[in-house]
Amino acid sequence: MAQIQPRNPRRKAVRYGVPVAVAGVAAATVGLVPALASSGDPDLPKVSAEELVAKVAKSDVDHMSGTVKVSTDLGLPSLPGGGGGGGFGGGPHDSGEGAGKDGKDGKGSGGDAAPSKKLSELASGEHTLRFAADGPDKQRVSVMEDAAEYSLIHNGRDLWAYDSGSNAAWHAKAPEDAKGAHGGSAKRWQGGEPDAVTPQKAAKQALKALDKSTSVTVDGTAKIAGRDAYQLVIKPKGAPDSTIESVRIGVDADNGVPLRFTLTPKDGDKPAVDVAYTKVDFGKPAASSFDFTPPKGTEVTEAKPHKSAGGELRGPQGLDGLTRSGLEIVNKSANDWGKVAKLDTGMPGGLGGPESGGKGDADAGKLLDNFTDEVKGDFGTGRVFSTRLVNALMTDDGKVYVGAVTKDGLVKAANQDHSAK
Amino acid sequence: MSQAEAAGPVHGERARTAPRAVSPLWSLGLFRSELLITFRRWRTLALLAVLAAVPVLVGIAVKIETSDGGTVGGGGGEGPAFISQITNNGLFLVFTSLAATLPFFLPMAVGVVAGDSVAGEAGAGTLRYLLVAPAGRTRLLLAKLTAVLTFCLAATLTVAMAALVTGALLFPTGEVTLLSGTTVSFGEGLLRALAIAAAVALSLLGLAALGVFVSTLTNSGIAAMAATVGLLITVQIVNSIPQLDGVHPFLFPNYWLSFADLLRDPVYWDDLLKNLGLQALYTAVFGSAAWARFNNRDVTA
Repeated sequence: MAQIQPRNPRRKAVRYGVPVAVAGVAAATVGLVPALASSGDPDLPKVSAEELVAKVAKSDVDHMSGTVKVSTDLGLPSLPGGGGGGGFGGGPHDSGEGAGKDGKDGKGSGGDAAPSKKLSELASGEHTLRFAADGPDKQRVSVMEDAAEYSLIHNGRDLWAYDSGSNAAWHAKAPEDAKGAHGGSAKRWQGGEPDAVTPQKAAKQALKALDKSTSVTVDGTAKIAGRDAYQLVIKPKGAPDSTIESVRIGVDADNGVPLRFTLTPKDGDKPAVDVAYTKVDFGKPAASSFDFTPPKGTEVTEAKPHKSAGGELRGPQGLDGLTRSGLEIVNKSANDWGKVAKLDTGMPGGLGGPESGGKGDADAGKLLDNFTDEVKGDFGTGRVFSTRLVNALMTDDGKVYVGAVTKDGLVKAANQDHSAK
Repeated sequence: MSQAEAAGPVHGERARTAPRAVSPLWSLGLFRSELLITFRRWRTLALLAVLAAVPVLVGIAVKIETSDGGTVGGGGGEGPAFISQITNNGLFLVFTSLAATLPFFLPMAVGVVAGDSVAGEAGAGTLRYLLVAPAGRTRLLLAKLTAVLTFCLAATLTVAMAALVTGALLFPTGEVTLLSGTTVSFGEGLLRALAIAAAVALSLLGLAALGVFVSTLTNSGIAAMAATVGLLITVQIVNSIPQLDGVHPFLFPNYWLSFADLLRDPVYWDDLLKNLGLQALYTAVFGSAAWARFNNRDVTA
């Protein structure tokens, strides 16, 4: 039996130490490597906020590709069947007949693969996107899903959307006159632009709104996607009711490309929107990645030329979007950060109010009660639907006030509007 | 090692006339005999036959459902991944079959083979004869582990080949549209399919090592198989509970579906590499645990 029994009992413990050591080393590596990698922000020459903003504005990188991580936590309640809210900053909730309308139009006009629906999915949770651009005429963005991908490919006059999960494609063609003019064609494809969700786009939107009501500072440096970057911090000034604490933009120190965009609301530290490159490459992407021919058997939906694709993904200045869709700003004296928009639904009794009648409506009212708080003011009574960024006040006489301001700010604006009449 | 060194001179001459210098070949011989034992079993052949039947069934079902010109599942993107593309390109049957068998069928087969590897011999009373031969416990365990890993590859290739043949017979083949919408030639599609089969086989390594470790703990082959498959199911359940997402990155099936990333353009390596790292870690931890246990074990049967 000498061969069948282990010889040296003392070695037993030593042997069992091997797997323990392997597991320990692995755990230490997992724990330590990220800590070591992130240690030490890069040492960069000092720049002023103005210089940095100018650098971003001037930055003109034609071709690049990269992986973008988008995480959004807008504090939207999850509605049964709803993907969680409409477009960012636009539709405060799915059942809001007025404000959520553009999202619904998108569903109606486009097929499975229409961009509006997909882009509004980005309004909640975490997503990984891949982005590639080669000049103004060729861009693509892919939303990575489990064993599937949703791609939006812009090549010259064509805009394709392809959903590999359902094997459906969507196609829009810009008219002859818009050829080459990126701005023109992009406007035609509201929100269908492949680069609508990149940090660059978000940062440019935010910087466009710079004025006296905003403080801009440079707050140190950081490593983003392996590149040295400056951190630009934008804070609302003189807007006590704004829900926005700060906007932080990581700008590539080399070429001024915004690599990261973080929007932090006043409640809590977790950013409401965080769009960041995890990998970026300023080389020319392969030309083949902008070619798309729908595979055999793919269902292709052609976009109707005069109907907007709907469901615009708006930048942080969501109110711009709201005014464009025909809403009225009630507190014009407030600065950009504190503006509140009004929408008159013309439905006395308001949404889910007692007069709406019908059993279904009563149920809807109950559901609405769960998501809203009742408030009172000079305007009467109403309900406030709140998310981390955008709050909406629905009054009993059928008006809806929406803004990136606190509940109190909304009530104030509603009172103002009421007394102005 | 100590076994081999201690036993080598004494029994080596009795068992073989060759000097100890040829020990690498001797290991190969041991491995070959393990392989033959594994693949000559009716049980193993039946497992492979079941695995080969899955793509055939999926292919025939899709063919029947779409024979009236319709799409699978109404084009709603339901069912296993890639199923809606099968009718356009038979190659996608490979990806669908692997996606369908990877969560359960493939690991179950691996769990059965791995669980039986050492415990089965112990249960049948043949383990001590194996140890009497001058192979040494470490080398015997390595041969067992290698045989199980070979089975992982064989099982995956069985599914892939059956799917490829069925897909080519029932559906048209040709240029492949990748997930990202770019089109590649059929040849490159085949290469990617091969890479995917390799990625799937490698995905099973962690479970294989776990199974061999469990197998060293008991003398009952059935118990080891049941424990391995039970562990697999438990881990799969834990992996699907969103509240436990803190531990998900450390569970071996967490990145299994990352093989689909090979169908993106350009290939998205992040999750694939994470998967490989995780499988390597599981193999190292449970492989060495199996080694520690097997070398310390009191083999009585």
